[in-house]
Amino acid sequence: MATHTQNPAPRHTEEQGRPARRQKPVDAVPLWLKAVGVLVAIYLILPTLVVIPMSFSAGATFQFPPQEWSLRWYESFFTDERWLRALSNSLKVAVSVMVVATLVGTAAALGLSKSRGRWAEAVRSFLMLPLVAPGIVIAVVVYIAYLNWQMVGSFWGYLLIHTAMALPFVLVSVTASLSGFDANLLRAASSLGANPLRAFWRVQLPLILPGVLSGAVFAFVTSLDEVVVALFIRSPLFETLPVRMFNSVTIEIDPTVAAASSILVVLATLFILTPQLFRLVRRKK
Amino acid sequence: MSVAVLAPLAMSLWRSLTDPSLGLTHYTDLFTDGITLTIVSRTLMTSLIVTVGTVVLGYPYAYLMTRVSTTTRILMLTAVLVPFWTSMTARNFAWLILVQRDGPVDKMFSAVGIDGVVLHGTVAGVAVAMIQVMLPFMVLPLYSHMAGIDRKLLLAAQALGSTPIRAFRKIFLPLSVGGVVSGSILVFALSFGFYVTPAILGSPQQSLVAQLLGQRTLQLLDFAAAGALGIVVLLFTLALVTVANRMGGSVSALGASVAKGK
Repeated sequence: MATHTQNPAPRHTEEQGRPARRQKPVDAVPLWLKAVGVLVAIYLILPTLVVIPMSFSAGATFQFPPQEWSLRWYESFFTDERWLRALSNSLKVAVSVMVVATLVGTAAALGLSKSRGRWAEAVRSFLMLPLVAPGIVIAVVVYIAYLNWQMVGSFWGYLLIHTAMALPFVLVSVTASLSGFDANLLRAASSLGANPLRAFWRVQLPLILPGVLSGAVFAFVTSLDEVVVALFIRSPLFETLPVRMFNSVTIEIDPTVAAASSILVVLATLFILTPQLFRLVRRKK
Repeated sequence: MSVAVLAPLAMSLWRSLTDPSLGLTHYTDLFTDGITLTIVSRTLMTSLIVTVGTVVLGYPYAYLMTRVSTTTRILMLTAVLVPFWTSMTARNFAWLILVQRDGPVDKMFSAVGIDGVVLHGTVAGVAVAMIQVMLPFMVLPLYSHMAGIDRKLLLAAQALGSTPIRAFRKIFLPLSVGGVVSGSILVFALSFGFYVTPAILGSPQQSLVAQLLGQRTLQLLDFAAAGALGIVVLLFTLALVTVANRMGGSVSALGASVAKGK
């Protein structure tokens, strides 16, 4: 060892040192940064998961961790009239919002993509307004207006405002997919004898379909998850799932909300995880 | 379709200016009633804390996302997207379970000998939960901004003799400032008008602007005053968003993030 370092030491380290230095990555990620990343990921994921053990509690409070376990809150969710009605109201509204917002939003995106100028810009800003306005402001002004229009607690009231709130998403995602669309394809179709409707249906729509579909998903989820406006325009006769959940947390202390939350958390996780897992699996192959 | 929002907005504006008589009394009242200003400054403070908190946690996370393998990146992105798509009510309910009296957080503090940490019903509790709720809205724009920064610039700096830390500070940091600014304005604007977390975790004694708006509408039925406050909050938010737009963070690009925050 000693002779080793003493004798041809300078040459030796230079020859072996250089490749060694190159093997050690020049641009390594420090360990503490990885640790921070793990901690932040835990902070993002873990707190929400407490609703799952909570939902299996046997007690009638939000005491955590539960002392005894049961399935009673799931039973309550799937048998209680009020929860079932809230769920079906939410689904009805969300599906209708998805259909209307996707149709109107796609039409608006197509129209706006053809017209330029001040008017098109103004229309676009107006359509985007519900996106940037705070939910509580929309809730207050819409509630006051609905009192006048007798639309509080009505399906149509929910449909109208949720569609307005979902529209920007459809507009944004369809506009994005339109920007990659070559308008020459439509000219080619019509030169081959297709009428405009057929050209749209057979040529343009299939190409912008990914944008339309992701807009539709966003519209559906926006309505399904919207709670602030829904809270203001509810009535005892018509309320949506988030409203039922919110009131169970704040007013009634009804642990059925834990079961409802757990179901939503699991659904959202599957919804995100499935496509991501597919990507991972495809990469591995 | 946006008439659904514009018409009610116009009605509230009109009412705030004319009910019971023509004038700006409802607007001047906001500054003189003593309560509104207190609550607004408390809200500004809370939004600021939430914004700083999301930058502190979101910046290293987003940076790490640009540095790891694709597989790890997909996992990290999933960790951001799952809460992003999870029900807002469920997430805030989860925080209520955690910070309630005798809840897990309370017990954890007692176990290490710190008593009297009250998170339920205080601004502190609202901030802790809101940082978590808002974090995806910081990470997503930050990451998309950082992903566009050319890493070779840093390698070049290091090849020219700069230390990694110096290269980061002199090159990456300035290039990422745009993302930080637009992410911050977005989170700040979202936090300022945020209703769900304060309503579930806060208390009327320490209420924030959104709660005040709700209370004036649903409990006091003071529609003219509520309208005036609502319009001020709206204009403030629109001004912030316009600034963010000028700074380069397009509203459309951030569109996905914005509305889920309500």
